Amino acid sequence: MSTPRDWVGRRLGTVPGGEDGDGAFQVVGKAMPRVDAVSKVTGATVYADDLSFPGTLHCVLLRSPLPHARIRRIDVQEAAGLSGVVAVLTGAAMPTRFGVSPSSEEEQALAADKVRYVGEPVAAVAARDEATAREACKLIHVDYELLEPVTSIDQALEVPMDEPIHAASKDSNVHRLAALEFGDVDEGFAASDHVREDVFFYEGSNHLAMEEHSATAIFSDGQLTVWSSTQSPHSVHRALSSVLGVPMRRVRVVATPHGGGFGGKVDPCSHEIVVAKLAMITGRPVKCTLTREEVFYNHRGRHPVLMWVRTGVTHDGRIRAMHFRTALDGGAHASLGAATTYYTGALQPATYDLPAYRFEGCRVFTNKAPCGPKRGHGTPQPRFALELHLDKLAEDLGMDPVELRRRNYVRPNSRTVNGLRITSCAIDKVTDEVLAASGFSRRERRDGHGQGFAVSAYLCGAGTPMYLNRMPHSEVSLKVDRGGVTVFCGATDIGQGSDSVLATLVAEELGLERGDVRLVTGDTGLTPVDLGSYSSRVTFMAGNAAIEAARKMRATLVAAAAEHSGGRPAEMTVAGGKIGPLSFDQAVAAAEELYGTLGSVGSYAPPPSISASKYRGSAVGPSPAFSYSAAVVDLDADRVSGEVRVNKVWIAHDIGRALNPVLVRGQVEGGVYMGLGEALMEAQAYRNGLLHHPSVLEYKTPLSADMPEIEQLLVEQPDPEGPYGAKEVGQGPLLPVVPAVVSAVHDALGVWVDEVPVTPEKVLRALDARAKGSDPRTGPRSFPKIPYPPCEKVALPDAASATL
Amino acid sequence: MLRLPRFSYLRPASVAEAVAMLADHGDRSSVIAGGTDLLPKMKRRQVQPTVLVGIAHLEALSHLETTPSGAVEIGASRTLASVLKDDELAHHQSGYVQAAGLVSSPALRNAGTVGGNLCVDTRCNYYDMSEEWRTASGSCLKTGGELCRLAPSSPRCWAISSSDTAPIAVALGATAVVAGPEGEREVPVASLYRDDGNAHLVLGRGEILTRLRLPAPDGWRSSYVKLRRRSSMDFPLAGAAVALKIDRGVVEGCRLVLGAVASQPVELNDLVHGLVGQPLDEEAIEEVASRASRLAKPLDNADLSYVWRKRMVKEIVARAFREAATSEVAAAP
Repeated sequence: MSTPRDWVGRRLGTVPGGEDGDGAFQVVGKAMPRVDAVSKVTGATVYADDLSFPGTLHCVLLRSPLPHARIRRIDVQEAAGLSGVVAVLTGAAMPTRFGVSPSSEEEQALAADKVRYVGEPVAAVAARDEATAREACKLIHVDYELLEPVTSIDQALEVPMDEPIHAASKDSNVHRLAALEFGDVDEGFAASDHVREDVFFYEGSNHLAMEEHSATAIFSDGQLTVWSSTQSPHSVHRALSSVLGVPMRRVRVVATPHGGGFGGKVDPCSHEIVVAKLAMITGRPVKCTLTREEVFYNHRGRHPVLMWVRTGVTHDGRIRAMHFRTALDGGAHASLGAATTYYTGALQPATYDLPAYRFEGCRVFTNKAPCGPKRGHGTPQPRFALELHLDKLAEDLGMDPVELRRRNYVRPNSRTVNGLRITSCAIDKVTDEVLAASGFSRRERRDGHGQGFAVSAYLCGAGTPMYLNRMPHSEVSLKVDRGGVTVFCGATDIGQGSDSVLATLVAEELGLERGDVRLVTGDTGLTPVDLGSYSSRVTFMAGNAAIEAARKMRATLVAAAAEHSGGRPAEMTVAGGKIGPLSFDQAVAAAEELYGTLGSVGSYAPPPSISASKYRGSAVGPSPAFSYSAAVVDLDADRVSGEVRVNKVWIAHDIGRALNPVLVRGQVEGGVYMGLGEALMEAQAYRNGLLHHPSVLEYKTPLSADMPEIEQLLVEQPDPEGPYGAKEVGQGPLLPVVPAVVSAVHDALGVWVDEVPVTPEKVLRALDARAKGSDPRTGPRSFPKIPYPPCEKVALPDAASATL
Repeated sequence: MLRLPRFSYLRPASVAEAVAMLADHGDRSSVIAGGTDLLPKMKRRQVQPTVLVGIAHLEALSHLETTPSGAVEIGASRTLASVLKDDELAHHQSGYVQAAGLVSSPALRNAGTVGGNLCVDTRCNYYDMSEEWRTASGSCLKTGGELCRLAPSSPRCWAISSSDTAPIAVALGATAVVAGPEGEREVPVASLYRDDGNAHLVLGRGEILTRLRLPAPDGWRSSYVKLRRRSSMDFPLAGAAVALKIDRGVVEGCRLVLGAVASQPVELNDLVHGLVGQPLDEEAIEEVASRASRLAKPLDNADLSYVWRKRMVKEIVARAFREAATSEVAAAP
């Protein structure tokens, strides 16, 4: 059997500094601040809203006050006549529809025919200042014809009262149906000793990035430039070109330094297209910054998901079959919702070896702000349901819940029932570590105190691009000359630290310090393409591309140094700012003399072997690697008030290799925070079609003072294909936290709260139910009848394909 | 970002001048000290004064005096944070200091003031929203509309009294000094409020709350328990203030005031009167707490469910009684 060390060697060849030990690297693995730490903490960083060009016009969007209505007429005359107003724009000027996913391009930058949620943009004003633009919005008269709003999954499954939210979805509000079967599920259930069914609900939530979205556009000399706080300048680039009818070569999108994305800035947004159009109309710079409330309307956040799961097990706890159904409340637009739907079924087999698995998913349109990708994209909801379901199964069998899981854990270097390739996999190790640190198995048992355990898996980058193509997912070019080293990469640092990762990898390869590496990133005019900062793909994909480019450059410099010094290339050690006997700068000068202009490129696309099966939706799930996380949550739950206080979270994460432990730990901590928020408080909830709390005071999320202690355990078993063995950390650590909280509440009080957020009232309702002798739980009672199509029967992957 | 509307800021040299300015400008004006309540409301266009009369700088309103007997006078512009730092005050008026320390977050207590918290506007989640949201929802009684969005058939506004220090001040029998065009008057804090979410303060044109006077403890003990979602900040979802005088286990005097369950602090004097002359045992506390919970009528216009908030009134009242009973009595001078 190959050891982790072997895998590294196979992929990376000779690693500078030697691969004899983790400490042998010069930069990789060292705990260091971010490369942009000083500018971030001193306020010098120029965020999107800090940009200001001379003569900038300010744009404000007029948003729909109604959840569902036809637009009969929009009268902008009065607004256009207001002093200081330069342009007023409506959807008629931009009829081309767009969407982050080519399979669902149904959005308009400004709604022209109808509005589908409160907050949908219907018109835009560009004026000399923001106050004037806001005033002018009040002077735009929109004549609406009210339509019956659809506000729940159940209602969306009925025949539409007036008309469906989207005409394209025929006479229904169902956006997407999925039905897949891997292996023989009926046979699996028949062969089971025990079968259990449960229903769960996971509430929707917003990303709550600290920075609100902002974009500024300039159109001059036939060239359009847009600066935006986007996670995917490439997606914005494509949407701008398509909607505005300007070729991509005449559009440049610059991703500005970020105050957080978490998925909320992956979709091209209305305001990005609107400022560009207004800049083209007015010939002046146009800027739009959303308010916090507008961010809640723009949303693209966590889908509320109702789930039903049925699992058959043997007496000794081996899963024989699983049937998982999901119903997603998608809100008013598609966003990445088709992918989200498949994600609610894709990763169950990535943690547990399911011999037979049936997945049926459904996404409906409702008259609410559009849901989309949020940290964990479609997987926190089923993870929550699955982990609690396994706890209950273990209780049924009288088995230790950890042991039940262990008996079904996937193995490294295997192939899942749905065709996913599993390579490095520290699921056992993260379990061991978190159990040992928390003392879960020997925890103190007393009323009101509990611990919960859960485990999860996540992708290191989506294996398939958002639009079908066979080009690289990430590209890097490297410029080296007497002026220094510059990395050009389309990757966007959204706060996760991808700039620091690129600098680290290039510095390691070239024997430099991180500060010696200049970075130009996330700029479609200057940098080669990277698909964007989503799906935890950047370290893995841009990282490998950067390593490839740097290796080529290193070889060039080594050759030049050898030539110059009369030695052999193999003797040229690259480390500590030296290449062989030469200083780095001397080596560069020698190389320029010998070869002229120096440049190198690298790119990354996942290998085809990551997926073994082809079926509808098979693009969702495959990844070059999976990270594993395990958490134990310790809490006190008050039997009288139902209030829950989390005391401590232990979290172990299978990082492959921590390229920089400081950044890794920051991501883990952020994931735990977000998980706790979703478990206990967060809810993008509605009342009469209106958002219940579109402000950061009323929308509850834990503040720093509410956070418990977190003990992190980083498990480093290098991945064979990851850059220096690294895997993702941006999303995975959120996943086990949510079910572990609910499991701990059960441990403390003996009741199940089968839906999040776990509010005090839900805890009391479950306790009340128990006191009355009914089922001691709070949660959904049933799962709706959904017209799933017959399952596509997918052949099990060839066992031989598991051999890597 | 939500922006402040344009306004004029006036900086009076004295309380009298501030009063005159407010009287001059009438409804167009508002007094401002810490601004933690007013400025966000202006950003959301819930209130739109065009003249703000600052009083934070007035030294006459920032004093803190404690008599040897423990009676205290605090200037209205003194920050809540500074109140928390005063050892003498903490010794004599532990219930008040406890409540002041539970207001909002540390950052906001650095700006928010003693007078500001007593006067803090009533809250409602149909009202504390942006102008755009309220336009979509339709205006309510508190924003000049015809009907209450929470209770459309109700003739009144049900916005919630959201002060943490008002219930304890009322329970302690505190008084407030109010300066106005006619001069100064001293009134019980209890009489500053009325049960109308749209006009919860009984203050006339040009009147400013200038001082809070807490009587000498004289053997009274007190406690305030606050219900809220997050311990890091958040307005009260319910509050219970208890003042107790106990002699050898027997209640000599008792006051119970609930916060955040109506548009004003709710005094339950009749309810607790029965405790006087009785031993304060767990059974008595449970009984009083249950009855308080039955009397509390929270509505569906704050965080979490009103059913739960009502149920929790029992728990916070019981906790307030237990805490007060076991709290230290300030030493006699």
